[in-house]
Amino acid sequence: MSLFSFRRKGAGEKPPAERGGQADRGFLVFENTGEVLQAEGLLKEHGWEIRVMGPPPEVRQGCDLVIEFPLIEELQILRALVAEKLPPLNTVPVTSPLLQPVDIFQVKDFGRWLMVRAANMKLTVDKETTAIVNVSGGGCPDVPYLAASLVGQTLAGAPPPRQIGHTLCGYALQLAYEEVQRLCSV
Amino acid sequence: MLCVVGTAPTDDFPLVTGAVRWEGEKLAVGSSILAVNRGTAALLAAALAAATELGQPAPVACLVGDTGTGKGSRKLYAHLTEFLPAAAFRTIVFHYLQPIVHWHRKLQDVLGKLTPRPCLIADAGFMYAAKMSGAAMLYDLFTPDAGELAFLADEEAPHPFYTRGFILHEENRVPDLIARAYRHGNAARYLLVKGRQDCLADERGILETVDSPVEEALEAMGGTGDTLTGLVSLLIDAGMDIRSAAVAAMRANRLAGALAHPTPATQIGEVIGHLPAALREVLSRQEGL
Repeated sequence: MSLFSFRRKGAGEKPPAERGGQADRGFLVFENTGEVLQAEGLLKEHGWEIRVMGPPPEVRQGCDLVIEFPLIEELQILRALVAEKLPPLNTVPVTSPLLQPVDIFQVKDFGRWLMVRAANMKLTVDKETTAIVNVSGGGCPDVPYLAASLVGQTLAGAPPPRQIGHTLCGYALQLAYEEVQRLCSV
Repeated sequence: MLCVVGTAPTDDFPLVTGAVRWEGEKLAVGSSILAVNRGTAALLAAALAAATELGQPAPVACLVGDTGTGKGSRKLYAHLTEFLPAAAFRTIVFHYLQPIVHWHRKLQDVLGKLTPRPCLIADAGFMYAAKMSGAAMLYDLFTPDAGELAFLADEEAPHPFYTRGFILHEENRVPDLIARAYRHGNAARYLLVKGRQDCLADERGILETVDSPVEEALEAMGGTGDTLTGLVSLLIDAGMDIRSAAVAAMRANRLAGALAHPTPATQIGEVIGHLPAALREVLSRQEGL
């Protein structure tokens, strides 16, 4: 399964009030309990603040345990899990488990340049050279780092944001990067 | 005095607190050097340029290196809970920090006890943390762009990455998004919304708009929102009321952008070079200081 292939199905539902203080936490949902326990060991080894718990009804998928994790750090946590062949079935926010990652792209054609926006992140490329000329938006601290790493590189030569980013802003930039690649057919 | 809290995009940048100064074309805090690029460096550069232009003291920066792991941000949050009670800033702007609710809440307790109460401004990741914590109304000013305004308007979204599609589709209806953000308690006392048309709003709705000059290319350029936040923060700290400061900052930022004759490939450093002249021009036409 691709790192970015999972998407939630279903409509919105009011989050339980008792989860109100956990707005920056997410759930990792796995295929079975064995994977949960392996993932728990791996993530604790890396020093992440996580805990294993029972899943809320919205994400019950045949496994009776989920891992609560710092949602903002989703990108680096997924990278660590995928590297150990432990990709979760799903990741969802604790406060609203039925929310889906943004899947709307806004595209602006400046003639020579093309800009794609995913959520709060914008990526602009030179259509003639495929060079990444600007990264804009975002608020997590990996954004300036990602911008410094990507601007000036070609789409083919740049490190994908999922490889060097850490946060949900990095994740959004990855989606913009994939959409730009698709539009530029690199 | 203005305090700017944020991060530098390298893990080896130490935790530093001190007045910021130019060191050639870079910024310096103590012996630590910071390249001027998007992010907190752009905010600081704009604020320092404005301070120099207005004869104000240089901003104090509280910075730490963080490339997104959150390690630096956690150190900075901890430092702030000890440092801020003993400091006396008139204005504090919080910028690119990892949004961490429990750290925000610790800091929230500290900010609530500061006397006299400083003007509190939040942008970028710290604004996300303020919304996540349900404490947006503690702040005097948020400076979201259009995508971030949609996030503030979505009472369910824990991060812009999860903003619901039907709200993102409303993005061209800024007044509706502003009203929704206030209805759910997810906006500061004022919102300065950065976009094709910049505007200042409060819970009553849009108070001021600035829509010229128009440079389409600025939408693609990383850092223009950072410079706007730097300008408005410094102007507030210099004594302007928030409404006048926002109008002056919106005008000066747009004018500096136009003076750079930008393309979508232009970098923010080229705009920052035009900020002093733009600010001079705008303030010569606007009362308030």
